[in-house]
Amino acid sequence: MRSKVVLGRMLKNRQARYGMIAFVALVLLAYVGPFVGPYDWTDKDFLSFLVPPGGDHWWGTTTIGQDMYALTLRGMQKSIVIGVLTALIATTLAAIVGAFAGYFGGWIDKALMWGVDLLLVLPSFLVIAIISPRLKESSWLWFVVLLAVFTWMITSRVVRSMTLSLREREYVQAAVYMGIPRWKIILKHIVPNLSSLLIIDYTLNVSGAVIGEAALSFFGFGIQPPEVSLGTLIAEGARNATGYPWLFAFPAGLLVLLVLSINLIGDGLRDALDPGSNS
Amino acid sequence: MGRYLLRRLAMNVVLVAIAASLAYMLAATTMNPRASYEGRQPPVPVEVIDRTLDNYNLNDKTPVLERYVRWASGVVTGDFGSKWNGGSVGEEMGRRIGVSLRLLFIGTIVGFALGVALGAYSAVRQYKLSDRVIGVGSFVVMAIPVFVMATMLAIATYNLNRGLGFTLIEYTGEYNPNVTGFWPLLFNRLNHLILPTISLSLGAIAFYSRIQRNMMLDVLGQDFVRTAMAKGLRRRTALFRHALRTALIPSATYFAFAFGTMFVGATFTEKIFAWHGMGAWLVDSIQQNDVNSVAAVALFTAACILIAAFISDLLVAALDPRVRVS
Repeated sequence: MRSKVVLGRMLKNRQARYGMIAFVALVLLAYVGPFVGPYDWTDKDFLSFLVPPGGDHWWGTTTIGQDMYALTLRGMQKSIVIGVLTALIATTLAAIVGAFAGYFGGWIDKALMWGVDLLLVLPSFLVIAIISPRLKESSWLWFVVLLAVFTWMITSRVVRSMTLSLREREYVQAAVYMGIPRWKIILKHIVPNLSSLLIIDYTLNVSGAVIGEAALSFFGFGIQPPEVSLGTLIAEGARNATGYPWLFAFPAGLLVLLVLSINLIGDGLRDALDPGSNS
Repeated sequence: MGRYLLRRLAMNVVLVAIAASLAYMLAATTMNPRASYEGRQPPVPVEVIDRTLDNYNLNDKTPVLERYVRWASGVVTGDFGSKWNGGSVGEEMGRRIGVSLRLLFIGTIVGFALGVALGAYSAVRQYKLSDRVIGVGSFVVMAIPVFVMATMLAIATYNLNRGLGFTLIEYTGEYNPNVTGFWPLLFNRLNHLILPTISLSLGAIAFYSRIQRNMMLDVLGQDFVRTAMAKGLRRRTALFRHALRTALIPSATYFAFAFGTMFVGATFTEKIFAWHGMGAWLVDSIQQNDVNSVAAVALFTAACILIAAFISDLLVAALDPRVRVS
């Protein structure tokens, strides 16, 4: 079985192993950690403002007495969910658009690729920054959709060019002559053959989305209060970083660790799925 | 070839026009420049606000299409309209492009040169300790977002300066307006450049070094490098003349792209170190509900990206004969 071979190679890959261990540990910290801590993320301790890390408040407190430990973990939960969901939407979109454009060719291909070019030219940061603060009342899921809409284009181009060559393979031709509908050929014969590319792309999109969310939230264009994410916490902490470093160090450190672990997994996956490549 | 280039140029002009129009529509329908005039003390009469906004083509009581037509006919003749407070968007853009260029020129070049050098070096020393250190280092640096890196640098400098008791390295702004004289001013400007340049180029170094290492490893295994050494070329000459030159192509195309988009600015670095360039304008214009500036930034960015992509494609064709044939 190919999946077993790949899994075996991946477990042998030291990078991927460390990445997996770190990622699982971070996810556990984000979701189990809050139950261990003494405070809830909504609690405000009016007796201790801006207290440095210590026995009672493990990672210190904020200007309004929130517990940094609970707050940071809450933010990390949101960042992980945003990363995973955004990458899921983006990779799915890339696979479908790219495969359809490549398989059908003709005006469908032209129209889709023209859309891709247009999205690449539109300054994504600007568009998301204008729209997302206006979504205040609605759910943060819209923010995820917005992020995803601006992430998938380059992969879909790669998918398209790979589809162009897959289209000519015998098994695809055979499927055509057996009278299988085209959309089924795309979903059952072409997309599965791109799976290694898509899995790698998915992993890298997760870390891209985590950074993207944090970058937009840094200027207040991302997740809106009272909700928190690593990005909003870093933005808040960076303002006071010189005097109260713990406000910045914990969210920023966790963000870097999260991105690093995901990138390690992505790199290891690439080696395992696609031994020929070296990029 | 000429016809292909012309067609591509026409296509790009259309893309830029559409991107800018979409950005204008989005900004004009969602932003509210009126807010900057309302609620002032003493209150400004509504008629005065309307008249001012009409003058600047920012009045939300005028239908969007009408405003759009006025804006677009201005842009075609090179007039980008007025800022929310009446200043000229075109002039502001010229000034800010200058700032971004002064900030990014050195960083872009340093990032490319050091990145390529490190990548090539670690390829030659494959699996040795230095290769591993460079590899792990660039991997870690690539996981640190610019805004975290820049903030860390600012904190470190603040503490260093405080520890020393005087300001050794500056960390806000482009220069100190109180400094006079050519040499002191130049020195002051360079001092202000240190931190932003580091924060900009570290990421670029990591990025280029990874690409360059992979390409170099590909090339080093090939016959023509071995042949060159077999012919009696010294190892150093063979590496520089034959291997490095061939392996430069991908990095060079990325560099061409980075060079073209340099005018667009570096949003995070400019904001964190308080340089008022194009990148900072992107954020400022949105926060100030400045519709015409937002549209101008969008137009300029789109144009730069397309030109940069075009140049980097041309460069590939110039450097790599195989591309020219197909």
